[in-house]
Amino acid sequence: MSHTGDLKPEELLKFDYNPPAESWTDPKIDFEAKRGSWCFPGAAKNLDYLGYQSNGEWSPADADWNLPTDWQKRVLEGMRERLMKYRSFKLFMETCVRCGACADKCHFFIGSGDPKNMPVLRAELLRSIYRNDFTMFGKLLGELGGSRKLTVDVLKEWYYYFFQCTQCRRCSVFCPYGIDTAEITVFARELMLLCGLTINWIIEPVANCQRTGNHLGLQPHTFKDNVEFMVEELEDTVGIKPDISFNRKGAEILFITPSADVFADPAIYVLMGYMLLFEHIGLDYTFSTYASEGGNFGSFTSHETLKRLNYKFYHEAERLGAKWILGGECGHMWRVINQYMNTVNGPSPAGMEVPKSPITGTVFENAAATKMVHIMEFTADLIKNNALKLDKSRNDHWNVTYHDSCNPARGMGLLDEPRYVINNVVNNFHEMPENTIREQTFCCAGGAGLGNDENMEMRMRGGLPRGNALKHVRDKYGVNMMSCVCAIDKATLPPLAEFWAPDVEICGITELVGNALVMEGKDMEVDMRGENIAEAVEERLGGGDDV
Amino acid sequence: MRALVALIALIILIVVAYAGAKVDGLHMVFGILIPYLAVATFVVGIILRVVQWAKVPAPFRIPTTAGQQKTLPWIKSSYLDNPHNTLGVLGRMALEVLVFRSLVRNTSTEIRNGEDGEKVVYNSNLWLWGFALAFHWSFLIILIRHSRFFTAPVPFFIQWTEYLDGILQIGVPAFYITDGLILAGLTFLFVRRLYSSQLRYISLPGDYFPLFLLISIALTGVCMRYMPHARVDVEAVKLLAIGLVTFSPSIPEAPIGPYFWIHLFLVCALITYFPFSKLMHAGGVFFSPTRNMANSNRAIHHPLPWALETHPHKYADYEEHFHDKMAKCGLPLDKEYADEGEEG
Repeated sequence: MSHTGDLKPEELLKFDYNPPAESWTDPKIDFEAKRGSWCFPGAAKNLDYLGYQSNGEWSPADADWNLPTDWQKRVLEGMRERLMKYRSFKLFMETCVRCGACADKCHFFIGSGDPKNMPVLRAELLRSIYRNDFTMFGKLLGELGGSRKLTVDVLKEWYYYFFQCTQCRRCSVFCPYGIDTAEITVFARELMLLCGLTINWIIEPVANCQRTGNHLGLQPHTFKDNVEFMVEELEDTVGIKPDISFNRKGAEILFITPSADVFADPAIYVLMGYMLLFEHIGLDYTFSTYASEGGNFGSFTSHETLKRLNYKFYHEAERLGAKWILGGECGHMWRVINQYMNTVNGPSPAGMEVPKSPITGTVFENAAATKMVHIMEFTADLIKNNALKLDKSRNDHWNVTYHDSCNPARGMGLLDEPRYVINNVVNNFHEMPENTIREQTFCCAGGAGLGNDENMEMRMRGGLPRGNALKHVRDKYGVNMMSCVCAIDKATLPPLAEFWAPDVEICGITELVGNALVMEGKDMEVDMRGENIAEAVEERLGGGDDV
Repeated sequence: MRALVALIALIILIVVAYAGAKVDGLHMVFGILIPYLAVATFVVGIILRVVQWAKVPAPFRIPTTAGQQKTLPWIKSSYLDNPHNTLGVLGRMALEVLVFRSLVRNTSTEIRNGEDGEKVVYNSNLWLWGFALAFHWSFLIILIRHSRFFTAPVPFFIQWTEYLDGILQIGVPAFYITDGLILAGLTFLFVRRLYSSQLRYISLPGDYFPLFLLISIALTGVCMRYMPHARVDVEAVKLLAIGLVTFSPSIPEAPIGPYFWIHLFLVCALITYFPFSKLMHAGGVFFSPTRNMANSNRAIHHPLPWALETHPHKYADYEEHFHDKMAKCGLPLDKEYADEGEEG
């Protein structure tokens, strides 16, 4: 699978970190020349379905973007409203001192050298308008005060750069004032949305999810078919047919995972891992075809869409009478759950209970309000209480590293649970360099809706820091598998690894858990991918000795 | 270019101050009127800014979690980098405000060409942290030292501060460590803005101007203390200062000296400028939602302070829409639907 086309690593590395001589205040962008670094605009049908402004057919490469005539008013009114509602917005417009600590922390800057990818300048693109239209000094001093007038070119520049931010929050770890570009980006995206500007890679999943319950637009029967297909796969390969159910009332636990898990390689192996794990412990759980999406592309679009997509979680748990919700491996899904869900859609329905593992009896007090537990917390607890029969050697064909997914790392702090699980299911585990993991982890460069094919050059550029760290452990320790806990990662890391660190594959941690499970009365010879484990070990480890 | 604009602004201020120093008749303006106006602007300005921030709600708990969350009891959580309660937040804020915790993480990124191809390397980079800390702490200690001008008798802690600051016992009058550190810090902060191409690119006149002001203030202060020809009549300065704080201002009869008048006017300029500028980061840091909130969203319900109107797709509508397909593949339904073909 070569999604990356004509791109070559050595070509992409021809840049340096020195900004051009001209001032950044010039907003002009040659979209035609920058193909590969921007995303296609949101289709009118999706915007219409969701009740947002739409501007018909247009392309960023066109001179005329079909903007509504009152677009300036919409943006400025939108800013005024948000400045009164969100302290983060007002504060982040005002407190930056341009110390530059964030400058070289962004993966897009590190991989492109484009100075407007320095988080400080990305924010200044919006701040310059704020100063001009909302502050006295900005108005008086004009460009000397760092102000700019809101022109069409500025709006186009926003489209380019605010869809070149994956909201990964790495910069906010380093900022002495905690300025979070993910916040600035979502406000900029909301303002653009008021004028009908968004990208299709986020707005189509949002529309799909609203209608069918998941980003991919899988209708109930198709969703069910896909999961059942994976059950058959498990039966064919490892010889076990897990007992599953859909929309079942009275199930103790509602299980919600990103829909990519029922559809896309290698996420499907994670789904097989979940089902095997739940079979192993005899969990009373159900899937829902209505709440069939853990991810929330609404969170990349606006606070409003975030809320409406997340609404299904509690609504469905209440309808089915589930006591609590178990959530699968996903990045931004977990930032939404951890930082937004209970505030926008809570408090949780009266019938729900503080999550308690039916196997170990552990009560998850940390989830007392939200009533949602992460699969890694759940699994770590199972392992700690010896509730799983595991054989680490069944992952001996993999030499594993772990990519902290941005959102669970910096929007939650899920750092040690995944490592605990990995260390209990694999023998060979090696960390990437310390500046590239845990809270300093690097993005896959395809998050926040940027993981589409038309944006491939920018993705590969932004993927440089992650890819380079991966190459380092591949060469030093022989790592051949990068694990992660994010569905977007599972879609975007394979081409990234192929491009920057070939011969490393990508998996979710629960796939590794599935591999290592020793099922009662079964002698499983193959792993979740249907690969014969003994042969794979022989081929990969034995093969090395021949050379 | 942008630095030049700031420099010109500074020069204008100094010329004005010099004129004020030279013309005796203007001492009332520069010694009493302007300081009062400046302090009033400073106090009212800061209060207004802080009230503005405080009035805007912070709807979502969005801490940047820079360490392990608190979950299972046997997993050690990172109490200060990912606090789960108010005490932890206070600790995190204290570290941020007092020792610039986040800047300690600073790295500089470079791409190195090695034998095995390009390597992205992250070097620990503590220069900004060190010099910023040197400047801010020196500034605070110098402010404390300066309160001797406004107090009679001088409280013990001010005397102790002076003693400790001058503990090196170099020269007469004794050299204050903070005088050296503040100038070193400010010079570094200025030079890096010019030297680093990235910083030069992002810097606005408003980034250079306060540095120029502060450097000039520190320099005139240092001159008054250590350079014989710049000496001023300290007794007269104290008379003026005490007069100002007791609201019985008068211009001392003895001439004070031009360095003082420039020093004072630039300080007035600085505090007047303060509430309208990026210098408000001093107050802003306390409000930062990514730092001053506990990561407790899953454990405690935090209500939304305003209504967020939305149009969710309810299950009943979903079932209404898909019931045929759901029935056909054996999914349970909440309602009964008429057979296909008939109106339902």
